[in-house]
Amino acid sequence: MKYDLIIIGGGLSGLAAGIRSAHFGNRVCILEQQGRVGGLNSYYHYQGRIFDIGLHAITNYVPRHIKSTPLAKTLRQLRLSYDDFQLLPQQISRITFPTKELRFTNDFNFFIQEISEKFPHQIDQFTKFVQSLKGYDEFSAKKEFVSTRQILQSFFFDPLLIEMLLCPLMFYGCSWENDIDFAQFSVLFRSIFCEGFARPQDGMSKIIQLLKTKYQHCGGELKTNCKVQKLHIHQNKVSEVHLSNGQTMKAEKIISCIGLPETKDLCTSWGGKTTNRTTTPRTGALSFMESIIILNTMPSQLTFDTTILFYNDSERFFYQRPKTLIDTSSGVICCPNNYQTEKPLPEGMIRLTNLANFTLWNGLDEEEYHIQKKFCLRESLKKVERFIPGLQDRILIHDIFTPKTIEKFTGRRQGAVYGTPDKTKDGLTPIKNLFICGTDQGYLGIVGAMLSGISMANAHILY
Amino acid sequence: MTKEEVKTSLLNIISEIVPDEDVMNLEGNTSIRDQIDLDSMDFLDIIMEIRKKYQVEIPEEDYPELATMNSSVTYLEPLLVDK
Ligand SMILES: Cc1cc2nc3c(=O)[nH]c(=O)nc-3n(C[C@H](O)[C@H](O)[C@H](O)COP(=O)(O)OP(=O)(O)OC[C@H]3O[C@@H](n4cnc5c(N)ncnc54)[C@H](O)[C@@H]3O)c2cc1C
Repeated sequence: MKYDLIIIGGGLSGLAAGIRSAHFGNRVCILEQQGRVGGLNSYYHYQGRIFDIGLHAITNYVPRHIKSTPLAKTLRQLRLSYDDFQLLPQQISRITFPTKELRFTNDFNFFIQEISEKFPHQIDQFTKFVQSLKGYDEFSAKKEFVSTRQILQSFFFDPLLIEMLLCPLMFYGCSWENDIDFAQFSVLFRSIFCEGFARPQDGMSKIIQLLKTKYQHCGGELKTNCKVQKLHIHQNKVSEVHLSNGQTMKAEKIISCIGLPETKDLCTSWGGKTTNRTTTPRTGALSFMESIIILNTMPSQLTFDTTILFYNDSERFFYQRPKTLIDTSSGVICCPNNYQTEKPLPEGMIRLTNLANFTLWNGLDEEEYHIQKKFCLRESLKKVERFIPGLQDRILIHDIFTPKTIEKFTGRRQGAVYGTPDKTKDGLTPIKNLFICGTDQGYLGIVGAMLSGISMANAHILY
Repeated sequence: MTKEEVKTSLLNIISEIVPDEDVMNLEGNTSIRDQIDLDSMDFLDIIMEIRKKYQVEIPEEDYPELATMNSSVTYLEPLLVDK
């Protein structure tokens, strides 16, 4: 039997593409190598608890009545209702540098006020900058990389403000080292500063379940524990999909959400005589160590009320692959308890993120790997102590994942969470019936990934 | 389908796509997009839902016919008469 569409990977973008395509009558099959869908934003069971793999926050949060936003569009296109996500807005987040701190909430005016207090000499420029973003259309943005640092330098003369604006946005979605494409920056600026953070009441598991059920109700087929091993290319088209269990499948079109270099690796040939960036995408350099910590107390007891805290130890923020296993000179501290809720989580929880070096982690033997994980967690915690005093003595359970874990479980080369810096914004590949959605198409994060799946299904399957 | 049924069906389709909008009180001769929040993605979804439900293709040059409720019903009625 031949499908209209095979989707490689059941990440959030693949699921969204699947829902759209199946809803309008296409025969669709999603192939997911893991036992569960959701990819980088799925969940797992650990010591009797459900842990979210990626979730710090859903970005792009807007209240119910605000329309024409990425969140509202995503919900409409997937025929979901606002209540389905049970979103709890954040309390307050902080960007903390040695000499200054900027706080932000889901009310953009609060952030403007904060800038005017902390950087009074730059507030007029900031207002101008925000105004210029409004006229900027990310969707029709140029394919070439446009340096955000250069643009920011043309607006602001205080370098500290530039670093402080870049820090959270890079941590939450940048695949370039030390700079970011301006189209991507403006998407992130809007999704984090202008809109905001929220957490689904019960974490990602309900949302994943909801998307999966929706997809299956639309008639979509899902095969889990099903790894795509090879895409056989004939006359510049995918003619057969080979699975690791020896089976082969056929489809008119293929959408892949596993990443551009990763998809290229599956193809027996990769047409295209030109060597532009989409034909030879680089592997992303950036990955992270993520520590999930359950406390034997509540964060409020430790007087920590921040939802997400981004810290950096110097005036300049270095967002690059570190020369050591992890880089604790900057980091993200997320507290899932600190969202506005009437049903507090049963236990205190803290998540820590630090930049990490894939090659170094990958080079350790098994014993050393486990020793280093513990050591790095301790180093990471030392830096957190000044924000959450007493945290180190309150740890009940922890789980750590490294760039190596990320590569092993998601197939993302070198654990590059945000994919290659060489995005294919139109989703096209040198192979005629093969398209890319998700991270390497250019939209990432939870809402971004879904929106990417939607727009790629619309562009290449439906319209 | 009768004119009335075409109208009901269209209203149902629109309210499925934009469940948070007040579709039932749409004024017949005013542009739909001036009355409720409906972007171009939503508009294309209406076309695709009609195609899915009734197997009718609406060519792109006819999209302006679907500007108001009344013009939509007038345009769709002959196409849906046997459905
Ligand atoms: C630690 C961490 C924290 C994060 N925090 C946040 C956050 O707080 N907020 C936020 O919005 N985003 C966050 N993200 C980012 C977000 O998770 C991703 O941007 C988004 O989920 C990417 O979705 P995707 O569909 O592009 O790809 P993926 O989720 O990577 O999906 C790809 C899927 O393909 C499968 N696959 C791979 N190879 C094959 C194969 N050969 N055959 C079959 N299947 C295959 C994988 O198993 C996976 O399920 C975080 C990510 C991480 C890792």
